Amino acid sequence: MTKVFKRIYTYNFLLPAAIVYTVIFIVPTVMSFFFSLTRWTLFKWDFIGLENFKTFFQEPSLSIGFKNTLIYAAVTCGLKVVAGLLLGVFLTGKIRTKDYLRSVVFFPVLVSTIAVGIAFGMMMHPTTGLINTTLALFGIEGPDWLGDTRIALLSVAAVDVWKGVGLATVIYIAGILAIPEEYSEALQIDGGNAWNKFWNITVPLSRPAANAVIILAFIGGLRSFDLIWAMTKGGPGFATDVIASIIYKQYQGGFYGLATAGNVILFLFVTAIVYPLSRYLTRKEVDL
Amino acid sequence: MSRSLRRIGVETFAVLASVVIFWIPLYFVLLTAMKSAPEASEMNLAWPSKIQLWQNVKEVVAFRDHMLLRAFWNSTVLTVLSLAAMVVVCSMAAFVIQRRNDRATPWISFFVLAGLIIPPAIVPTIWVLNEIHLFKTMIGLILVEVALGFPFCVMLYRGFMAAIPREIDEAAVVDGYGGYRLFFTIIFPLLQPVTATIVVTQAVFVFNDFTNPLYFFPGAKNATVQLTLYNFTSQFLSQWNLLFTDILLITIPPLLLFIFFNKKIVAGMTTGSVKG
Repeated sequence: MTKVFKRIYTYNFLLPAAIVYTVIFIVPTVMSFFFSLTRWTLFKWDFIGLENFKTFFQEPSLSIGFKNTLIYAAVTCGLKVVAGLLLGVFLTGKIRTKDYLRSVVFFPVLVSTIAVGIAFGMMMHPTTGLINTTLALFGIEGPDWLGDTRIALLSVAAVDVWKGVGLATVIYIAGILAIPEEYSEALQIDGGNAWNKFWNITVPLSRPAANAVIILAFIGGLRSFDLIWAMTKGGPGFATDVIASIIYKQYQGGFYGLATAGNVILFLFVTAIVYPLSRYLTRKEVDL
Repeated sequence: MSRSLRRIGVETFAVLASVVIFWIPLYFVLLTAMKSAPEASEMNLAWPSKIQLWQNVKEVVAFRDHMLLRAFWNSTVLTVLSLAAMVVVCSMAAFVIQRRNDRATPWISFFVLAGLIIPPAIVPTIWVLNEIHLFKTMIGLILVEVALGFPFCVMLYRGFMAAIPREIDEAAVVDGYGGYRLFFTIIFPLLQPVTATIVVTQAVFVFNDFTNPLYFFPGAKNATVQLTLYNFTSQFLSQWNLLFTDILLITIPPLLLFIFFNKKIVAGMTTGSVKG
């Protein structure tokens, strides 16, 4: 690059973004590693080594967060990937109500998470909620969706999928529409049917879209907080507590060091899973 | 014949399923918002004996000294200023990041990507904001929104910028343009389509954001619409009709954006995520 252009593309342009990003995001991230080793009140800290992490792993009400976070991320991600693919294939097919269905499936993505949580919380009421009164019409006795410790987490995960599947679907639609027509023409000449087309063309060639959905949904699932908080606040007991909700609880309780340790654990969790996952997934992509 | 019949059957089923899965919850919210408190507490789909939506709206708005109006004002200010800052700051950054290619480039890309993956460290962010006296302030919250939106916006801008030929820059330089004039009078206007995409997508995100205001903007005066909705859940325990009226009111802005900019929002979210 010539000298003139070095002056034209001056790093001054980057400066405002760099300052905000560094001060508000990078500095706190780096400092979190230090503060997670302290007992901390914002104004004063005592270095206590790995004490916070020990507490996190030993206290059952905290360590349950690891398991729940993983289950929640895996379930929401898995369902979004499968449902998004099926909806994506269906909504790129020859159907007349395509535009209507795409809009309907996508709309919940734009609705406030708290609103969705409240509305579904009410519909999942064990006796008078819409879901169980409807099931009762068919003679089925619905469970206590959010009150039963065995299924509460899955109930919230289902609402998460309801709200988020639209995004997965539109990503898949974009990926499927990018597959060149020649592939399906060739398949037709070879006498392949719709099933062959799905398995041998759509699935392998929409891989970049699938990978984006997987990574996005998985990260979202691991970090998920607002829906869970709006629906169950981590309860009943600690049955739906995930790392993010535990961080908030510890923060509310004034345990800033412990809350920050939770953040560090979440950070390690996310990078330890997402980085190898994305490496693995991109290696399996095929060029069109 | 049988084939097209089956197709129609499948399609009918899909439309019916969409009604059950997506319309009934919306209808339920709307109905509950129109009911009286005792009827709302029955939580069913029965038509209200008396439609009192307007009365509910007035009651919710007046609640706690017009808290909701302040919340709408705060959310609007937050959304507008965050977006203005995001657009300017991120387009400028993307300009340099995309046009320059030197030793710093891979590092910058690394930090941008990290911002998409790493969960923000909450309490240390509060600590930083507190140190610079911006904790519990609107400016502090706006900075948080800008910092967290930065990776997504830069990615979109960078992708779009790559399609703007460098010859334009060269011609401008020959004409004696400096960097700032080149960017603000030529490049930035050319970015208009992607700016529009970013504005509508991020507007929805910031307006619907709950977690960041919860942590960085506490205090009764500082309510945003999502915070008031959350706080109303404990205050309207027996008045579901008012709670759902609030839901209805705060769904209107994203609904309007959706009606007018559906295509742009979808485009923004798909390109943003696939590139990431």
